[in-house]
Amino acid sequence: MRPDRSSLTGDVTTGTVILLAALLLAAGFALHRRRVDGRFAATGTDAEPGRTEPGRTEPARTEPAQATVWARVQDALPSAEPGERATLVQFSSAFCAPCRTTRVVLDEVARREDGVEHVEVDAEQHLDLVRALDVRRTPTTLILDAAGREIVRAAGAPQRHQVLAALPGASA
Amino acid sequence: MTDAIDPRGPRFTATVTTVVFAAALLTPTPIATVLVAVQALCFAVGAGRGVQHTPTGWAFRRFVRPRLTPPAELEDARPPRFAQAVGLGFTVVALAGYLTGAVVVAQVAVGLALVAAVLNAAVGFCLGCEMYLLGLRIARPAR
Repeated sequence: MRPDRSSLTGDVTTGTVILLAALLLAAGFALHRRRVDGRFAATGTDAEPGRTEPGRTEPARTEPAQATVWARVQDALPSAEPGERATLVQFSSAFCAPCRTTRVVLDEVARREDGVEHVEVDAEQHLDLVRALDVRRTPTTLILDAAGREIVRAAGAPQRHQVLAALPGASA
Repeated sequence: MTDAIDPRGPRFTATVTTVVFAAALLTPTPIATVLVAVQALCFAVGAGRGVQHTPTGWAFRRFVRPRLTPPAELEDARPPRFAQAVGLGFTVVALAGYLTGAVVVAQVAVGLALVAAVLNAAVGFCLGCEMYLLGLRIARPAR
């Protein structure tokens, strides 16, 4: 600690600048997050070639066999059930309050919509799957089509209308 | 599910934390050092014993919560507790900076902690919680 008076005022000036910068950074981040959170967008994990392992209820496909996202999920969670129309795959972790909101929203969509199932993956327990699908934060929700391919995904808690609009054959 | 807490408790704590960090940036180094040391202690209690046991957790239950309507739902106490541990990391760096004369390093650490605290206070966003998964991806190598 320095007794020099001018150095002390200098520290306060620097501190003020850092305080303002921190507040601006926080505001910018909050606005950015409000825009992107829960927004579904296409990515394309399924473009990568992989192993041959179709899911149980997948319809026969004529294209060259690829490991769909569903096949990878089922590798990690053998008891998970896919939806006939769509599967909502949610990645969660214990340290994640918005994951609970997301669970409630996705559960409700799966209950109300025919052929839609909700599968929740504990990201901590399935880090290999998290890496393979490049999940970066929780909650992340992947929407898979009837064939188990990823159509879109959203990071952050989605709202019900966002999920409904992103479902395949959305209009119901 | 372990402890369930009123989600507004951590928001209240984050608000107080934001004010303490702002004060630390606006005061001369000796005062800032004391403020950051006190904040580090609070974080240590919150991370070690749980957010309900911090002074702000107590103040919230004693003075704030009686004036509020009952919470719509309770929240898991683990995420905010983890966030306290992340806050502790930042304040320890800041404290080390202040004590060794690396004041700008200390102030930048306080500034980053303030970003996390103000986001938590203002929009309920938990930065530490989100970093958790990326941290795991880096820390635990792929098999």
